[in-house]
Amino acid sequence: MLTFFGKRLLQLLPTLLFVSLIIFLLQHLLPGDPALVMAGEEKDPQVIAQIRAQYHLDQPIPIQYLYWLNGVVHGDLGESLRIKQPVLDLVLEKLPVTAQLATIAMLIALVIGIGAGVVSAVKKGSAWDYGANAFALWGISTPNFWLGIMLIFLFSVRLGWLPASGYVSLFEDWRTSLASTIMPAFVLGNAIAAILMRHTRSAMLTVLDSDYVRTARAKGLPERTVILKHAMRNALTPVITLGALEFGTLLSGAVLTEQIFSIPGFGKLIVDAVFNRDYAVVQGVVLVTATIYIVLNLLADIAYVLVNPRLRT
Amino acid sequence: MRSLRLTAAAAFLAIMTGGALGESTLRIGLAEDPDVLDPTLARTYVGRIVFASLCDKLFDIDEKLNIVPQLALDHAASADGKVVTIRLRPNVKFHDGEAFDAAAAKYSLERHLNMAGSFRKPEIATVDHVEVVDPLTITIVLKAPYAPLIAQLTDRAGMMVSPKAAQAAGDRFGLRPVCAGPYKFVERVQQDRIVVEKFADYWNKDAVAIDRIVYLPIVDSTVRLANLKSGGLDLIERLLATDIKDVRADPRLKLSTALELGYQGIDINVDNGAAANNPLGANAKVRQALYYAIDRQALNQVVFDGEFVPGNQWVSPEHPYFQKSFPVPARDLAKAKALMKEAGMSTPFDVDFMVPKGEETQAVAEVIQAMAAEIGINMKIRVTEFATSLKQAEAGEYQAYLLAWSGRTDPDGNLYIFHKCRAPQDYSGYCNAQADKLLDEGRTLSDMAQRKAVYEKLTKIILEDIPKLYLYHRLVLIAHTTRLEGYRQLPDGLVRVVGLKLK
Amino acid sequence: MVDTTEQELLRLALPIESADSPRARAIRALLLRKAAVFGLLLIMLFTGLALLAPLIAPYDPTAQSWANVRKAPSLAHWFGTDEVGRDVLSRLLYGARASLVAGGISIAIALSIGAPLGMIAGYLGGFVDALLSRLTDAMLAIPFLILAIALAAFLGPSLGNAMIAIGVSTAPIFVRLTRAQVMTVKVEDYVEGARAVGNPRWRIAVVYILPNIVPALLVQATLSIAAAIIAEASLSFLGLGQQPPAPSWGSMLNSAQRFLASAPWLAIWPGIAIFLTVLSFNLVGDGLRDALDPRRR
Repeated sequence: MLTFFGKRLLQLLPTLLFVSLIIFLLQHLLPGDPALVMAGEEKDPQVIAQIRAQYHLDQPIPIQYLYWLNGVVHGDLGESLRIKQPVLDLVLEKLPVTAQLATIAMLIALVIGIGAGVVSAVKKGSAWDYGANAFALWGISTPNFWLGIMLIFLFSVRLGWLPASGYVSLFEDWRTSLASTIMPAFVLGNAIAAILMRHTRSAMLTVLDSDYVRTARAKGLPERTVILKHAMRNALTPVITLGALEFGTLLSGAVLTEQIFSIPGFGKLIVDAVFNRDYAVVQGVVLVTATIYIVLNLLADIAYVLVNPRLRT
Repeated sequence: MRSLRLTAAAAFLAIMTGGALGESTLRIGLAEDPDVLDPTLARTYVGRIVFASLCDKLFDIDEKLNIVPQLALDHAASADGKVVTIRLRPNVKFHDGEAFDAAAAKYSLERHLNMAGSFRKPEIATVDHVEVVDPLTITIVLKAPYAPLIAQLTDRAGMMVSPKAAQAAGDRFGLRPVCAGPYKFVERVQQDRIVVEKFADYWNKDAVAIDRIVYLPIVDSTVRLANLKSGGLDLIERLLATDIKDVRADPRLKLSTALELGYQGIDINVDNGAAANNPLGANAKVRQALYYAIDRQALNQVVFDGEFVPGNQWVSPEHPYFQKSFPVPARDLAKAKALMKEAGMSTPFDVDFMVPKGEETQAVAEVIQAMAAEIGINMKIRVTEFATSLKQAEAGEYQAYLLAWSGRTDPDGNLYIFHKCRAPQDYSGYCNAQADKLLDEGRTLSDMAQRKAVYEKLTKIILEDIPKLYLYHRLVLIAHTTRLEGYRQLPDGLVRVVGLKLK
Repeated sequence: MVDTTEQELLRLALPIESADSPRARAIRALLLRKAAVFGLLLIMLFTGLALLAPLIAPYDPTAQSWANVRKAPSLAHWFGTDEVGRDVLSRLLYGARASLVAGGISIAIALSIGAPLGMIAGYLGGFVDALLSRLTDAMLAIPFLILAIALAAFLGPSLGNAMIAIGVSTAPIFVRLTRAQVMTVKVEDYVEGARAVGNPRWRIAVVYILPNIVPALLVQATLSIAAAIIAEASLSFLGLGQQPPAPSWGSMLNSAQRFLASAPWLAIWPGIAIFLTVLSFNLVGDGLRDALDPRRR
């Protein structure tokens, strides 16, 4: 067990290094002189030379990478060109926003996805099953930005029930917070709900056919107990670990969702930074996102293996 | 269902309309997130809207574009026009309690002139230095007479910052600006909100009734308007022309408009790098052909429901400096085709048309593209992020560039930095010695009739060379709730917050 | 979304049919699934419409009509007109070309990068495998759309660059999948046998391993095309894909946003078009996966 854990941890480090390398190189793929970009309007060659020296832009790229890496390790992710705010501060500011959105989205996805999956597996072949499958297909086929626009049109423009934008922290004011988060969270969560539903369904179907469920039934246990106690517990484990892995999908989806609903989170931050050529922000945000994803991956793997010792490689 | 909806709406409204008991909050929806909140370093139009509440200037303007006092009381120029004496308002405090005096004014002006990365430098470049005469009087010594000086001081170049705070913060001043405006800075969350609250020691504090202002950047205009209609916002800027009908039909909303000081047009690369080497950039007759090929009325009708004002000069047809001898032309396709023939270019040919991202810019570009195609010019639209487009324009990496300018009080502000040879915003690389002479002459004269005569000669040259094809002028469109009283819209587009009441 | 298919395949330890598994059996199994057939028909319909667009589109998709701006659907314009008076139906038809081409070419790029790398990693193992795997993990750690946006923004806005960006961002999935498949197959008896007989490595890879991993790659490719179509629409929505005035469903949706109240049909039709196209690829992909996996219900 420990060797497995240790092995995975060892794999984590080079992966993280590669991530940082890719991110760092992305900036240098661009045409143009980074010093000029940072200088902005300043034309004075002395000032530009000073910028070059200060940011080590006169050094060969591997050395620049090491300087940057050193900064990162010490918590210095650079600063935003546009507003001169340290990237780390920006990241810490935006993280709770997207985290709130992602968490609610995930909850919606789990509730709808697992619920629909269980129902459709138990009632296989029925209208419920058919409906749930249709929902799943719809969920993964609908472009999330279109869904967002349609929901805004219906619930904000036409009906006026829900606010079309903005973010309020749950801790500040949970009523407004939920009102403004429910639409984007649904948009974000429904694709994942669809995936979870399919996986839950197939896992449940496998489990419902298994020996111990047959035994439980034979023992005369009420069907409800069979499903809820025995079947679900075993079927859900792979599904929940899958949820952790969907973090990447959540963030991809958050990019457009936050844009449409004007939510000041990670997704919006990175899109704006990419368009504004605010490299430091792009690098910092991608690095943080990737790190979280890798750590979540590791945790999911560990959890999965803890539950299912047969799968240890 | 209905009660649920009412509860949700009521709860939302109750929470959104102000925090503590009885405290009034004005929520303003902006079309973008401002850049750095430092008057010396800022360069966005939305930034100026926020500054209107934070940072008072030496002078301001009224609806008729007359100069009125703000932090300064009056101004007087010497006979040769090179020394301008300005008397300052007494008993004014900065947000940090420091007194506003001549030393502070000198500090602020010199900061605008000398700080690294200052965008105000080209605006007051003729200033040689500033002298303190007495605690409430300064003199600005110019290198040459400069008629637009006071007008420039009604914008960011005239904004006063607290020397103590500015010195302490350096280039980080924009993170927590300290000025002398009716509201002081509370907090800013990037791309989320900017919060300011009433400054108790404001020199005109009796005119300030609203306790807090929250600026919320919401990029999507549909969402911005939806928020206004639902009560989530009290005022929004840059309403889309196509939404005017909607606002007019809503009894809870009011539309405030003013014809802008600026213009919208196409900048043509005539001599900035290799890209200028194309039929459009190289040949004035081709540009003239394009000038006549564009149907400005149709453009206005199609994209803006006819609400905006077609134009052909750097000031609108209703501006006092508009040259009536060069009226806005109707489309003349025959003349355009004849000019193309005269130019002798083989058609069709391609032109790289850089279009900054925006909700309406793409539609404008597409209409122009269709019009240009009829005379054999293929405008190839390239939608680019705004900040990037500016950089590319500077570097000459474009052939045509759909550009807007929010406008300045003095017509020189719409002219000089664009058409003077190699001036900071002369992206097109236009260099005409005659025009330069007229530009320099125009800014030294203080008599309007004389200036207009000079500018008439300049207009003739510009309309022959067409380094910039002026297309139309926007209406500043502000929509607000009827609960907001006392709001007047000025042509500079700023949202002035003094004298407002929120019911 | 796309990644989980191969996750699922890995976790369920899909066995690979032996080298002479009858394709006929698989095709028949596929055709028996009504949903997949429906999906296939939809794909054929959309492809046909896209190919025949110049013949069947009632108007030139870029022809503006300034007197007919934002007109509701009528007999003259079945799906209405847009903000500069262009016929929405014609733009939808031509937009299908952009979407389908983008979907196909992006995945072709992803496959041509991902499959060879995955084969090398899976077959050679050892240090090469470790290196490639960590690199792939790193790329997969960056959220797909963010990577695509960054690449597309840096390459410059155009449909071609969007396809490259999507292709490169999708490649890691194929690397992982191919590698896993190769590792499972290479320990099979017939492969061992081929090696024992003395076949050179490349021959083993191409003749023995490749045909057995094609089914899994095909399933993933189909599902990835669905994701690529949404990605292209997303990039166009942000202004990074097909440039105006050439139509693209994503950019049509972008322009439609500000007319939600006054001209909602502008936003509804392109969205439905995307939905149906993506749905059809998902249906076919699902069908393929079920047909090729004997264990699934």
